[in-house]
Amino acid sequence: MVSITFNGNKMEVSEDKTLLEIARENGIDIPTLCYNKKLKLFSGCRMCVVEVTGRKNLAAACSTKPLAGMVVQTDSEKVIKARKDILDLLVSNHPEGLESSTKVGDDRFREYAVKYGVTQGSYKGAVRNYEIDDANPAYLRDPNKCILCGQCISTCDQIQITHTIDFLGKGFDTKVATAFDLPISTDNCRLCGQCVSECPTGALIHKQLQFVDPAKVTKVRTTCPFCGTGCNFDLNVVDGKVVGVTPIDEATVNNSSLCVKGRYHSDMLYNKDRLTTPLIKKDGQFVEATYDEAFNFIAEKFKEVIDKHGADSVTGLSSARCTNEDNYVFQKLFRAGFGTNNIDHCART
Amino acid sequence: MTNSIGEIEDNEVLFIIGSNATEAHPIIGNKMKKAAQKGARLIVIDPRRTELASLAKYHLQLKSGSDAALVNGLMHIIIKENWQDQDYIDERCIGFESLKENVESYTPEYTAKITGINVDTLYKAAKLYAKTKKAGIFYTLGITEHTTGTDNVMNLANLGMLTGHVGIENAGINPLRGQNNVQGACDMGALPNYFPGYKFCDNQDNVDIFEKLWDTKLDDKLGLRIPEMLDGIMDGNVKAMYVMGEDPVLTDPDANHVRKALNALDFLVVQNIFLTETAKLADVVLPSTAYAEKDGTFTNTERRVQRVRKAADAPNNLMIDWQMTSEIGKRMGYKGFEYHNSEEIFEEIRKSIPSYAGINYKRIDKDGLQWGCPTIDSPGSKYLHSGEFTRGKGLMLPIEYLPPAELVDEEYPVLLNTGRMLYHYNVSTRISDTLEAIRPVERVEINPVDAKKYDLDKNSIIRVTSRRGSITANITITDRVSPGTIYMTFHYKESPVNELTNSAYDPVTKTAEYKITAVKIAKEA
Repeated sequence: MVSITFNGNKMEVSEDKTLLEIARENGIDIPTLCYNKKLKLFSGCRMCVVEVTGRKNLAAACSTKPLAGMVVQTDSEKVIKARKDILDLLVSNHPEGLESSTKVGDDRFREYAVKYGVTQGSYKGAVRNYEIDDANPAYLRDPNKCILCGQCISTCDQIQITHTIDFLGKGFDTKVATAFDLPISTDNCRLCGQCVSECPTGALIHKQLQFVDPAKVTKVRTTCPFCGTGCNFDLNVVDGKVVGVTPIDEATVNNSSLCVKGRYHSDMLYNKDRLTTPLIKKDGQFVEATYDEAFNFIAEKFKEVIDKHGADSVTGLSSARCTNEDNYVFQKLFRAGFGTNNIDHCART
Repeated sequence: MTNSIGEIEDNEVLFIIGSNATEAHPIIGNKMKKAAQKGARLIVIDPRRTELASLAKYHLQLKSGSDAALVNGLMHIIIKENWQDQDYIDERCIGFESLKENVESYTPEYTAKITGINVDTLYKAAKLYAKTKKAGIFYTLGITEHTTGTDNVMNLANLGMLTGHVGIENAGINPLRGQNNVQGACDMGALPNYFPGYKFCDNQDNVDIFEKLWDTKLDDKLGLRIPEMLDGIMDGNVKAMYVMGEDPVLTDPDANHVRKALNALDFLVVQNIFLTETAKLADVVLPSTAYAEKDGTFTNTERRVQRVRKAADAPNNLMIDWQMTSEIGKRMGYKGFEYHNSEEIFEEIRKSIPSYAGINYKRIDKDGLQWGCPTIDSPGSKYLHSGEFTRGKGLMLPIEYLPPAELVDEEYPVLLNTGRMLYHYNVSTRISDTLEAIRPVERVEINPVDAKKYDLDKNSIIRVTSRRGSITANITITDRVSPGTIYMTFHYKESPVNELTNSAYDPVTKTAEYKITAVKIAKEA
């Protein structure tokens, strides 16, 4: 432990932690663009700079560890000016309309630009003009909005371990690209969309959430309905309708990872072929029925079969896709109701 | 799983057999890749060159269906070289002598002949697994979807016990379960032989417990399993069926046989979200709600009971599954179906299953709990069989290798393997416009050697024919599969692969041999 002064407050801190970690533990807000605690340190954006008394240059809080007697200022005039300059450089090379282009999920770049009052860039000169990659159904890539924070690349390498993208080019021409700079497709990417969730700008956009106003979204945590892994995520709900999936930080099973199915399946809820009413077959054709008609008919037929052929002539298939509660009640109907153990489900397949 | 998903990253060896985790369980696959990145060595046993196989220290590309011989061969080497954990065996297991006797004949040379894996690789893989402490076995349907599925699973248990790998952290025997709640459905007793909590139905003590709990008389004989239900219909003993949330016409083997049986029923009720192939045969169809429209719980492959929450109203204010089932119960005049909400049902589940007794909705509000969790202050069980097996002594059972039910021959010279792929899940994800757009058609995997032989290019369509059916599909030419074998998924009703598959079953579980079908192929277009 060493003793340092943080924004005027003396504190004892571990010398193994960075100034950024110490700040966050103590509720001190330091903005970051390229820092992500799930990833190896990138230390490239300079947004997290702080002033350390006696040092000539500002220090990046994400990669600076405390020394005994250090005096740190996180919001001095010099620090604020540096952050504004960094934002100005980025915004100057960004398409118009940053202030109003909100997004569901990580929107830090726009939020900082608004907070620091730098929504218009002051540097006039060449501006990037790349084609937007709209070739896959899951997400959009707009390299013109990229700030080269590298989080998508690190996420692909370290979390999903797929290695689809990397930096290409130098200087002003640097961009994030696939091998041979081809569009994203199932040939070069697993389309998990994890990079989309970690992107702090509008460069990577979840297509289902593209036009959703984040202010209207309610998030409901639930468990994925596909394989047996049991990932947790948030369903994003607007006006009673599920509009898309976003990950939860630090879910026990999956941390914040999701696969292509977990992240992009939710439009299936609104498939036009969904059944919306009970159906009873009459003369080989399905006819719409009320619940009352359907349940009475079912009860009558089951009774008839059981009276005539015994309880063991009735069988049931429950479902590994349904909830525990659904399955429990289903097997109870067969055992405690009908009086047979003729119940099974697709665990065998 | 005897162990937890979170332990995978810190395993030193992953023994992955019949599991294509990066596609079928992508997030578990990520953790396996991360383990490899951190230095873990992978032994991947799979006839296909999966993504994990390409990261493996040893990829044992065995002949399909020779798993039991392979595992026996590995155990033969381990015992001959004295690499087994004798203290563990003496203290915790029984049956070692008969196991040893049984694997005696599986010499490396004999094993190599059956499996196609060379002797040197067998030695290296056996040594690496046996001599590493933190070594876990992971398996999926590549092990179970065989006529010898039960034997294969028991043999993996033999291997785990022989080397002292069960009941410790970062090891164990870990089936990666296929469906979101297959663990839970089994726990709940949606099985013909068990009441909730794996209590045999033909045991009087268990019957007494549940008669008391449900306040009614219960049947004390085992019920019918799915294939027996279908046979029962054809024999005239089964007259009615109630199907909730399944589509056996598309997902069970030998689809034409299933359709014929369901058509022969006097009365069929199907409860589903869509008018599925099975629902089309029904007398009454009840519309279901999706998982996002109801409250409840799922239990995942590591036994973690987690919350499912209602996020949106169902169209037309539809009833949810248990409400409809209860309603049928009530209208039949049965007691005990007056539930008001999902939590009330869960409270009854806690009373039925001791390992769930310590779990309630409040405790699993965020992260879920792993059963066994017998008391309200239990933290749940990260891994099972610590110190002692649940059943007492671990039983080692000799397993003999038996060849698959169907072998390739002159008329049907190609071996068809089936399974999942990354972009779809069973038969349900194609209703998502996004996922459908990503991969709208089946692409049969076929080796370049065979592509040349049958004069195929990437735009070709092939006809695949087995003894039971014939279908057509697009192809992808890839060396992921060996010459003489093809791979198809079961996601596409336009290429219904289960019209081809064999309904030869494992005698114990009645699981079909989805993984091995003899077929012939021809260029269609």
